[in-house]
Amino acid sequence: MSSEFVMDAPDPRNLLDHMAQDLTGAPLDRPEGPLKVSGRATYAHEYRLGNCAYGVLVRATIAKGTLTALGDEAVRGLPGILGVFSDDRFLRNPAQGTADKAPVQGAQTIAYLGQPVALVVADSFEQARHAAQSLALRYAPDADGVFDPESDAANIERPDAKQRDQGDFDRAFADAHATVDSTYTTPAQNSAAMEPHASVAAWDGDRLTLWGGYQMLKYNRNELADSLGIDAENVRILAPYVGGGFGSKLGISPEAVAAAIAAREIGRPVKVAMSRQQVFEATMRRSETRQRVRLAADAQGRLTGIAHEYRVSNLPDESFSEPVGQATHFLYGGENRRIVHEIARVNRTCAGSMRAPGEAVGMLALENAMDELAEQLGIDPIELRKRNLPERHPEQDIPYSSRMLAQCLDEGARRFGWDKRSTKPGTTRDGEWLIGMGVSSAARKNITSQAEARVTLTTDGDAVVETDMTDIGTGTYAVLGQIAGDMLGLPRDRVRVMLGDTDLPPGPGSGGSWGASSSGSAVLEACAVLRRQLADRLGLVADGLVLRDGDIILDNRRIPLRDAMGAGPLEAVGIFKPGKTSQDYAQAAYGAFFAEVGVSSITGEVRVRRMLGTFAAGRILNAKTARSQCIGGMTFGIGAALTEELVHDLRDGHIVNHDLAEYHLPVNLDVPQIEVHFLEERDDQACPLQSKGIGELGISGAGAAITNAIAHATGARIRTYPATLDKLLAVME
Amino acid sequence: MLDIDPRTSILDALRNHIGLTGTKKGCDHGQCGACTVLVNGRRINSCLTLAVMHDEDAITTIEGLGEPDHLSPLQAAFVRHDGFQCGYCTSGQICSATAMLDELQQGWPSHVSADLEAAPDPTDAEISERMSGNLCRCAAYPNIVDAIREVAGGGK
Repeated sequence: MSSEFVMDAPDPRNLLDHMAQDLTGAPLDRPEGPLKVSGRATYAHEYRLGNCAYGVLVRATIAKGTLTALGDEAVRGLPGILGVFSDDRFLRNPAQGTADKAPVQGAQTIAYLGQPVALVVADSFEQARHAAQSLALRYAPDADGVFDPESDAANIERPDAKQRDQGDFDRAFADAHATVDSTYTTPAQNSAAMEPHASVAAWDGDRLTLWGGYQMLKYNRNELADSLGIDAENVRILAPYVGGGFGSKLGISPEAVAAAIAAREIGRPVKVAMSRQQVFEATMRRSETRQRVRLAADAQGRLTGIAHEYRVSNLPDESFSEPVGQATHFLYGGENRRIVHEIARVNRTCAGSMRAPGEAVGMLALENAMDELAEQLGIDPIELRKRNLPERHPEQDIPYSSRMLAQCLDEGARRFGWDKRSTKPGTTRDGEWLIGMGVSSAARKNITSQAEARVTLTTDGDAVVETDMTDIGTGTYAVLGQIAGDMLGLPRDRVRVMLGDTDLPPGPGSGGSWGASSSGSAVLEACAVLRRQLADRLGLVADGLVLRDGDIILDNRRIPLRDAMGAGPLEAVGIFKPGKTSQDYAQAAYGAFFAEVGVSSITGEVRVRRMLGTFAAGRILNAKTARSQCIGGMTFGIGAALTEELVHDLRDGHIVNHDLAEYHLPVNLDVPQIEVHFLEERDDQACPLQSKGIGELGISGAGAAITNAIAHATGARIRTYPATLDKLLAVME
Repeated sequence: MLDIDPRTSILDALRNHIGLTGTKKGCDHGQCGACTVLVNGRRINSCLTLAVMHDEDAITTIEGLGEPDHLSPLQAAFVRHDGFQCGYCTSGQICSATAMLDELQQGWPSHVSADLEAAPDPTDAEISERMSGNLCRCAAYPNIVDAIREVAGGGK
């Protein structure tokens, strides 16, 4: 049977706190860990199918225009070549997250340099690659490409729904005791998941099976079917292991559709993996941003006005635009508010979601501006932030759900030794190194999404959890097993979690930090049904049922669960749906970042010496995997602050640094032994687990703590991200 | 005896021909370290060398270091310390760390060694520096250092 739970009202039952197994929250190892560390976990490209052919995508080498010929005459006769494919179904770029339908299609119309326009298929990877590099593509180029979002030629959109004008900001700014008016820029970035996008497509009659590296299978299935013009019923996608996503694998992408088209045509399975360069050029980038932040405050530092005006970019006909002001809407008070959201249409690689779209870049500017205000008023940056936490959402006038931002700031300050920070910037030295400390708030909007999961109690008294939800490194295998184990009183090794297969009940996918709360709530609901069914079977009341270590605990005896399963297995599908609490409460996860940097007075090099995060995100489902998520997010923050920058050539929009040698991810030595601390919290408004999303919280504001520390170390503020040594040398004395 | 196209890298030979897919392709250009294997005990990027150049060489991949129910000490430490998330760079990290510990043992200095003559200690800085050729976008770096330090018997 199935049972639905709609989050229309707070759920104070705190079910998990009343279970006896004590799994949820515990720092348990990932159950799939032994497979991953021994190389046995199988990622998309690694399925071995008989008679499989290899496909290599071919990129457009012009920025805008029409493909007139493939120039494949010399290639078709080569040994082992099985075909050159290029048609109207090819994807211009990946689908946006949750699109649920095909993105813009057609290989002939080229909108950016690097767009995949053909697929060469051969018996071997080496031959396919050789032929792909040997095509003599011919074009009719257009002269009207726009490559610079700041260009006068760029079409600028200002969608009404994304603007905000409340009170009289201009007046507040003119009348303020103190003001900040700063413009920051952040560059385009790439998710750079370690596994390049890959798909293996195999047909059985009209039925397509695709092994792919994807984050949101429920949507990806519909996107793939729509792209091919077939019924979604005939499509199955498998992604039990995904080598990282960070948003770049939210929507179906060009290699999947090309592989499916070719496989159908040649009657053999086809494998296509993007090269690293293609991942940079033909998947998704985070948009660059230009952000003007203006703050108006009274003498005590209380905000009277806040304006955040920004420009981002994307290709024409893309619905997504980086929601830079997302945290600005709810984080700090001030009755006069303005948010201006501009989208420049450009011929650059598609812009889409990358870890914490909005907060990840918007908070760099907002949290820098808050420090600039604190500096100007001589108020401690932590104190300034605490003075500006509103009672209710400053725009929507609704209450917050749990919000422990102030406690996170205080706890972090205590642990980090904030009291040792000098009040005057540029005064602490360690040899050639200028030392500084910085702080930033962490905040990420909390979202949930519809989720289904099936839980079965087998005749052995073990449990199986099944959903098409993915684990992209996020810990889904771990936490869903912990929740089910708690609810059914089973040790962790008696719960098997099956993920990443569209034949299983549809989950929400991994994105927006909603996966664990949404899928976990579906598992909880299914288990609640199983507890009732079990109680019925035993003639007991479900509420009083105590299950622990595989036993049913009665007053003075224990019955092995297995003994109660003689009548056959029990099965339930739990369905979780977001409801009214999403509108009635402003929900977000919060925290605080602290960083200590050294800036070389000779070279301008920045080293992060120490970094610490305190977080409150409702119930923590697994202390070990949650900590890892936060470390990962904070490291994205280090990259954003110091090294990561996609460079676009303004003549043709192409990405100049399209590989991992030139696009600088933080490496091991760039990252200190980051400290992470969680504050105990329950959020009854968020979901029945009392948890909130955590995968993106660790990046949301992290880079600003580092740039604030640089300003403290040097007395100079870099507003053009990333804060590389050339920029620092130019402004340091 | 493997009969393959001379353009085949060790990495593609392992993945596409031998069926050992534990070795990962992250960039195919020697920039990420995901494809690290041991050739005669020494760590190399298997994407940067052709299979035909290694006739008679002993190549050890992640599969050769341990099995799911019989993990090497480093593999087990990576699980305990959560030295990975998605798991895609992990094979390379562990192969790299395996050889790196040997290099430490043999007294090889690194960029962060203060004394090029003295036997290096497995400090966090030494471990981090020596592991900086293996990218991890999930950024398990602090946990990777914890795992390796534990196996190396080093102190912070």
